Amino acid sequence: MAGTAGSANDPGTPAGGPGRSSPRVVGPPRLGAAARSTLAAAVSTAVVLGLLVLVVVNAPNWPAVQESFFNGEVFWSSLPAILNAFRVNIALFMISEVLILGFGLVVAVLRSLPGPVFTPVRVLTTVYVDIFRALPGVLVIYILGFGIPGLQIPGVPSSPFFYAVLALTLIYSAYVSEVYRAGIDSVHPSQDAAARSLGLSRFQALRFVVLPQAVRRVVPPLLNDFIGLQKDTVLVSYIGVVEIFRASQIKQAATFNFTPYIATALVFIVVTIPLARFTDWLVARDRKRQLAGAR
Amino acid sequence: MSGPDAFRPALDGPAPGGLASDAAVVLRLEGIRKAFGKLEVLRGIDLVVRRHEVVCLIGASGSGKSTLLRCVNLIEPIDAGRVFIDDVEITAPNVNVDRVRRRIGIVYQAFNLFPHMSVLDNVALAPRKVLKVPRAKAEADALALLTRFGLEEKAAEYPDRLSGGQQQRVAIVRALAMEPDLLLLDEVTSALDPELVAEVLGVIRELARGGMTMVIATHEMGFARDSANRVCFLDEGRILEEGPPDRIFRHPTEERTRRFLQRVIEAGRLEVGAIE
Repeated sequence: MAGTAGSANDPGTPAGGPGRSSPRVVGPPRLGAAARSTLAAAVSTAVVLGLLVLVVVNAPNWPAVQESFFNGEVFWSSLPAILNAFRVNIALFMISEVLILGFGLVVAVLRSLPGPVFTPVRVLTTVYVDIFRALPGVLVIYILGFGIPGLQIPGVPSSPFFYAVLALTLIYSAYVSEVYRAGIDSVHPSQDAAARSLGLSRFQALRFVVLPQAVRRVVPPLLNDFIGLQKDTVLVSYIGVVEIFRASQIKQAATFNFTPYIATALVFIVVTIPLARFTDWLVARDRKRQLAGAR
Repeated sequence: MSGPDAFRPALDGPAPGGLASDAAVVLRLEGIRKAFGKLEVLRGIDLVVRRHEVVCLIGASGSGKSTLLRCVNLIEPIDAGRVFIDDVEITAPNVNVDRVRRRIGIVYQAFNLFPHMSVLDNVALAPRKVLKVPRAKAEADALALLTRFGLEEKAAEYPDRLSGGQQQRVAIVRALAMEPDLLLLDEVTSALDPELVAEVLGVIRELARGGMTMVIATHEMGFARDSANRVCFLDEGRILEEGPPDRIFRHPTEERTRRFLQRVIEAGRLEVGAIE
């Protein structure tokens, strides 16, 4: 019956026929290709992940590992303390980030000053950037966190949190200043020339013309550095700041179980992935804009 | 004097070609020399530009026209020679260069608009930050200037939404917003598609009629011939020949000028038979 109805309809639409059939001819194979590639991606991902899980779960000592790393009871009992301690990481991260954005910019600008008069400034900032990029972060945190309070200079703070912020700011400002500097260098000199030609001073040209363009261009790499900073906040546990990693160590010691570390790992994944996706989105948007601008 | 009216009083000023030779000297160059490494680009340039005068610099690419303009406002430091604006030497060691540049407008071949600012902000930035004009007044003046050049509808747009001709007109308006005593134009139509050249040249002609003192580096020989008071032919970093456009284009005395104009005619940039 259906076949008859179909064939009966066909002669009834002779004019609309070609017009309607042409998108159908092009359409379905295209849709099919897209669906097929999505399906292929899903299947291959499932197969690979499934195999990995099978390998892990069938490992000779899996039950023991499962007990000490993936213990549901320990997970839920340690989570509140871990989340509570994470607030310290958030505070570290937020305060340091603001300081880094400011200090890194100052260093970048000082390092970009032209002419022989500013040679000492350029040398000093270059030495700073070189040293703090060369040193492992943990060492900086140790040296500042134990060394400066050890001097016992009156009036100098002794709070580990203070030295944690100081160390993270010094470490990351060195990287961030280089990112800024790349941004400043990427603004064509003719922009500065145009600003100076209008009578703007060197500082005004930098402030109103060069830096706004430079900063806009380096937002994605800056966010990338901040993802790193977010993770490196755990390093300050070494100088006695009770943050998420220290809290999970305490829980681990109390329960003789490593599940608190897994909980901490999950917290970082949950916080970092959205930031990473946001960075990717920014990069993609900038690329689209550049392509549109080049029309 | 507010921005848009700054040029009006001069509208009935001296017509091109009919300049009194005793008009005040705005720009005086003495023995300007400039080298990039071993390449000598300017080899001793002397030039005097009087108020309301329009001087066109012509010559082959690489003859030093653009470099000369960039040396006048000291964006390009000179190796030797002196630059005077209104009889004050601006190449003297203790001169505040930023203050001098306020009075010299320059428009570049590549527009060099600020891409992160609207057209209105491009125009209002220097008056606000350099002359400390309050924002509201600076923006009103900028809008009035844009309106005068038919760009009021583009005020809120960003530069990359404009055609090349519109961008270059905005760049000219941006320079005018500082009410300069002298305007330098560096091959302002060379980066434009041919059909956009006329609108920019129209703006420059209007400025010339308004009495703006201008030094213009250009490849537009027809424009130089009918708009300049004086034409200077630059060759290998020297002004080889200068005079009224009629004489330079029709009766050049130097063989090199003659050959340059011949090439221009062959390229279709000047009417055949212009040289006698």
